Amino acid sequence: MSNADLVKRKIEHGLSGCTVIVHDPRRDDVHLKAEVHWEGFKGMTLIEQHRAVYATLKEELKETLHALGIETHEK
Amino acid sequence: MKNKIEQLINNNKIFLFMKGTPEEPQCGFSFHVIQILRNLDVEYGYFNVLSDDMMREAVKEYANWPTYPQLWVDGNLVGGCDIVMQLFEQGKLKEMLL
Repeated sequence: MSNADLVKRKIEHGLSGCTVIVHDPRRDDVHLKAEVHWEGFKGMTLIEQHRAVYATLKEELKETLHALGIETHEK
Repeated sequence: MKNKIEQLINNNKIFLFMKGTPEEPQCGFSFHVIQILRNLDVEYGYFNVLSDDMMREAVKEYANWPTYPQLWVDGNLVGGCDIVMQLFEQGKLKEMLL
């Protein structure tokens, strides 16, 4: 399973009902960008939204992912 | 470690934990944030987390934020490269820094 698929699955699993699109602009499966649409972000500050996404990827962030970009949307 | 971190973020209105130095950023994300700070022409302190592994881990724990760079303003974490760029593009970053 590619990092992109893993990231998508983990975030969707962690934030129930969200939609995730993982972009791989450099096509290297490392410098990824996760675009996350989730109602649950409403009322959260930007930092809290990004923390919520990071929280779903605890282990991955330690090893493979150091270059994950995040873009959050409330719907 | 904790009080060293708090000293850094409280003694500087704007403080950046980054990989490398402003003159020689060692990662693209740190480079982007430095460019933005230069663009806004603001004074800021920085710490090169590549120079101290203990601090590198301690700051991530303190901030509850797993990556670098980390921009802090008035003792609060503003965010990493994504958030700083987003705020900059929305024109909100300038207000926070001045």
